[in-house]
Amino acid sequence: MPVLELQGISKHFGAIHALTEVDMLLEPGEALGVMGDNGAGKSTLVKIIAGNFPPTGGEIRIEGQSVHFSKPVEAREKGIEIVYQDLALCDNLSAADNVFLGREIKSGIGPIRWLNHAAMVKRAGELFSELKSETRPRHLVRQMSGGQRQAVAIARTRLSNPKIVLMDEPTAAISVRQVAEVLDLIRRLRDHGIGVVLISHRMPDVFAVCDRVMVMRRGRKVADKMIKDSSPEEVTGLITGAIHVA
Amino acid sequence: MSLETQASIGQEIASLRDPGLDAREKTFIERVFANQAFWVTIALVVMCGVMSYWQPVFATEDNFFNITRNFAFIGVMALGMTPVIITGGIDLSVGSTMGLVAIVCGLVLLKQPIHYMPGWWNAAAWTHSWWMALMLGLTAGAIVGWVNGVLIAYVGLPPFVVTLGMLSAVRSLAVVLSENRMLYDFNPNQAATFKQIGGGENFGFALPGGLRLSNPFLILVILTLALGLVLKMSSWGRHVFAIGGNEQAANLTGVPVRRVKVQAYVLCSLSAALAAILSVGWSGSANNSLGQSYELLAIASAVIGGANLMGGEGTAYGAFIGSALIFVIRNSLLMAGVDSNWQGLFVGAFIVLAVVLEKVRGRRRE
Repeated sequence: MPVLELQGISKHFGAIHALTEVDMLLEPGEALGVMGDNGAGKSTLVKIIAGNFPPTGGEIRIEGQSVHFSKPVEAREKGIEIVYQDLALCDNLSAADNVFLGREIKSGIGPIRWLNHAAMVKRAGELFSELKSETRPRHLVRQMSGGQRQAVAIARTRLSNPKIVLMDEPTAAISVRQVAEVLDLIRRLRDHGIGVVLISHRMPDVFAVCDRVMVMRRGRKVADKMIKDSSPEEVTGLITGAIHVA
Repeated sequence: MSLETQASIGQEIASLRDPGLDAREKTFIERVFANQAFWVTIALVVMCGVMSYWQPVFATEDNFFNITRNFAFIGVMALGMTPVIITGGIDLSVGSTMGLVAIVCGLVLLKQPIHYMPGWWNAAAWTHSWWMALMLGLTAGAIVGWVNGVLIAYVGLPPFVVTLGMLSAVRSLAVVLSENRMLYDFNPNQAATFKQIGGGENFGFALPGGLRLSNPFLILVILTLALGLVLKMSSWGRHVFAIGGNEQAANLTGVPVRRVKVQAYVLCSLSAALAAILSVGWSGSANNSLGQSYELLAIASAVIGGANLMGGEGTAYGAFIGSALIFVIRNSLLMAGVDSNWQGLFVGAFIVLAVVLEKVRGRRRE
């Protein structure tokens, strides 16, 4: 059974049709690349799945069950985690603090609860080593490289045993060496049986880690193919509109 | 040059710019040296040393008692200001809040009836009790903070503008309620208890060695420890820092940003209310001009102690030590015979110095 299913999703902002009748399927342990030019509707699609705003029309199903989100927390409760384009990290906090932000581990006696720093540092360290990242839990995010920041953002998604991880341009702002690190992180999520949706501008990234690619143009889905049946040239053509439908 | 060598040179340059991971794990000593409150403490100790040597009167028990009490009022406000500054906000209304709370307490304790209050209020005894003064004073403070917080967090107005407006509005309210009188003719029984809170010492106990500490100072010490614990050990404290670091990120990760902000402003106004209650108790009178320009001293204390006006940084100990430094400077200048009108210049210089220090540290960190 697909872990995520979108059927006829549309989104209108006034007269602007950001998305028109988009269908999408995601199997567990599958990495799906979503590509398209600026304004093709990729981010709108992610935001709808993440519960930032509801679609104007269409249906979202998670493991066959129809769901309606009005805020991101509800999507998270259903097992959807998001790595945002700007990573949504607090520079002034440590890696461990960022991983556990909003769901801190606490201990205490009766109604008096306090933060269990040791447990959070330990768990964050485990998550980083699971992701084979050399990020240290106690380091401030301010002092980290782009790849390490990605690891923090991704480790956060591993806290809750998610079914689906959405990644919005995770390699947009980092160096070439760190891109390889992030792609490894994505492979590891997939190997854990998590469905990954990778929104990206970068053709090599999508062809390196994804099983399937979906191309959007002007709010519509124009292609949905297995990576092995496609080529960067074809996808480029689909994105720019040189090829109409694949 | 082949591509491979270029790539490896690139990596080497990157590793030069990006030193080994362990180099970034600071030792305890390094962390202490990087801490602004530590340097302020050193400055304070040096200043006290010099003053004790030069002016023996400075090191007397009486002067210690006076200085610690005098800075306690500002210290309590600086503690309340700290979480607000950490969230990236500011509260300019705390001085006026002090004035309003002083008048509210004074009106409750007043012997004469208040003509604009209903007859039953003036007739009853409980409406003029010391605990009523305490409760209404704190309530008035909480309401001011709540209005600030709601306008900032829910309506989305800038903290500077909201609290600047509140500074004016609340001061005016204090003048109107007091009918521009100074209130001092208090109901003696009730006022005695009330005055004991702010004017007493050692919480009524005898300390070994005849040590005398004013109640306001003891309260400041307790609140400093309490706020320090809350900021370090509670998820509320963590959320306050997260909001100051990246408000949008905090929101996306499920931190109740708006609620935490309102709570921070309520706490800040409550601290001003407490400072006013202690001040009225100590002086035995309530004046609607109480706390004028104290907002600047409270903000300055927090900033000197290392709170960052851009948000994301600040400590309870910093607020404590910052307010101590300001008052030791003032006290020292007075003892040195410098005209008290010069005090503002020195305090101002220290504020700017603190921010320069912060900038230098920030540059080293990048």
